[in-house]
Amino acid sequence: MTAAPKHAPKMAELSLADRLGPWMPVLLVPLLVVLGALAIPETSSWLTLTVSGLAMGMMIFIMASGLTLVFGLMDVINFGHGAFVSIGAFVGVSILLLLGQMTAAPSLGLNLIAVLLAVLGAMAATGAVGWAFEKVIVMPVYGHHLKQILVTMGGLIVVEQLIIVLWGPEEIYIARPEALKGAITFAGAALEKYRLVAVAVGLVVFIAMRFVLRRTKIGLIVRAGVQNGEMVQALGYRLRRVFVGVFIAGSALAGLGGVMWGLYQEVITAQMGNQAMILIFIVVIIGGLGSVEGCFIGALLVGLLQNYVAFLEPKAALISNIALMVAILMWRPMGMIPVVKAK
Amino acid sequence: MSDPILKLEGVHTNIAQYHILQGVDLEVPRGAVTMLLGRNGVGKTTTLRSIIGHWRAHKGRILFDGEDITAKPTPAIARSGVGFVPENMGIFADLTVEENMVLAAASGPIDSARLDWVFSAFPPLKTFWKSEAGNLSGGQKQMLSIARAMIEERKLYLIDEPTKGLAPAIVSTMARALKDLKAQGASILLVEQNFAVARALGDTANVMDDGRMIWSGAMADLASNAALQEQLMGLSLETH
Repeated sequence: MTAAPKHAPKMAELSLADRLGPWMPVLLVPLLVVLGALAIPETSSWLTLTVSGLAMGMMIFIMASGLTLVFGLMDVINFGHGAFVSIGAFVGVSILLLLGQMTAAPSLGLNLIAVLLAVLGAMAATGAVGWAFEKVIVMPVYGHHLKQILVTMGGLIVVEQLIIVLWGPEEIYIARPEALKGAITFAGAALEKYRLVAVAVGLVVFIAMRFVLRRTKIGLIVRAGVQNGEMVQALGYRLRRVFVGVFIAGSALAGLGGVMWGLYQEVITAQMGNQAMILIFIVVIIGGLGSVEGCFIGALLVGLLQNYVAFLEPKAALISNIALMVAILMWRPMGMIPVVKAK
Repeated sequence: MSDPILKLEGVHTNIAQYHILQGVDLEVPRGAVTMLLGRNGVGKTTTLRSIIGHWRAHKGRILFDGEDITAKPTPAIARSGVGFVPENMGIFADLTVEENMVLAAASGPIDSARLDWVFSAFPPLKTFWKSEAGNLSGGQKQMLSIARAMIEERKLYLIDEPTKGLAPAIVSTMARALKDLKAQGASILLVEQNFAVARALGDTANVMDDGRMIWSGAMADLASNAALQEQLMGLSLETH
């Protein structure tokens, strides 16, 4: 064997294009906001639409983030994810209706306690249903995508019917708590308080998820598991338990999203989760399957675009998100921030 | 001789409809490097994957440190002291070198003295400590893959073709690192196609063909017998 020459690697100087490359998807959000400002003549309208779009995007992100991790971690396509959105909305709204006196009181403290109880109740219920859903419906079909699609869609239909059995077939209207009604005026624009709260909640959820995924060992295991689950197990980690935990957390987040979506629309139906699944899937696909950051950016793009286009050309709003998905997949076929799979 | 750290008794493994391992018998002595040799496609990788539990042996027994691990799940096998370096390296490309290593230290924080030892074996890992593993060269990825197994003391190391496709300079680095690991008294089961590396590192050798073990003995005996190499593997040292 010949002696090896001294191995002395050097760090390469990256070009500006190489350095900007990974940030391109992130830049799309401010780019869209700027384009919106150019296309919408009145600043106040643009500001209102931007906040509305961001709020909508944040709520979609909260609902979709669990789905992208579940898919990335175990290759499970869960078409039943929308069930958790509906259950969360119904449980949360039921709690709010029970606490009607608190929500109707002109007290920010009482209002927030009521909303917090509703959110906690919804997340606990959807987390528990998510655990059962994984055990009964998802676990038997690991590794079989077609069966996963069929059986989880079946699960969604069953859950929808159970909601109708428990809460009745009629849609339920819900008034927002007093403190979250109305709008504040900023730069001549009326900004709904609830939308600002939704933006704040979405940001908190995103930052918390990033912290867990980037700064904790369990997050490291999840990120590694999304790329190569087999190797994570060969390092001694019980990925199955981690997956169940992620499934429960993802279901609970969908439940939180359901409560927020219900309060946003001020009406809930058994089919609301199913209807939201179209936007959720668009966001998960354009973000890059398994990528939380991609999901976040995708959700903001979908929310902003839908609001801008609905204002500028209402008829085009229906196709705007599909057009966005097509454009992004032509640019990056694996989504904006693809997760490197090494299976 | 003390009892072997690993023993396979008549192991059969199927992958889908293919019957790959057809009664593999193998003993890996403690504190030695055991070579697993053979042509491509004879079942060497399947043997390692059956030991770590990625593929289930449907017949026969796998005994590790005296315990039957045939039906144990992969994480339990790994936690009982088996380090695995797969043929495809299995690095986490989106994670940094540091994160890969932190994850590999499954039983707790990285021991700094051991990390220094790993860095001395693979200096580029220190240079690229904060870089994404996906940006490393092929050789550096292989270094990372082996370093992950080395970062904690294991009772047994399963290493699948660590020099495959690497430049001679990197092959030498790998061979030195594995010699270093061997000098520490590690038990290693090594699949290797590079016969020069096998001869330099191996204490015992096992040759497979068609899913069975067809020869077992001292590596020195195999290395010194060109006719036997030709007969078992269709190669001889003169060609390497």
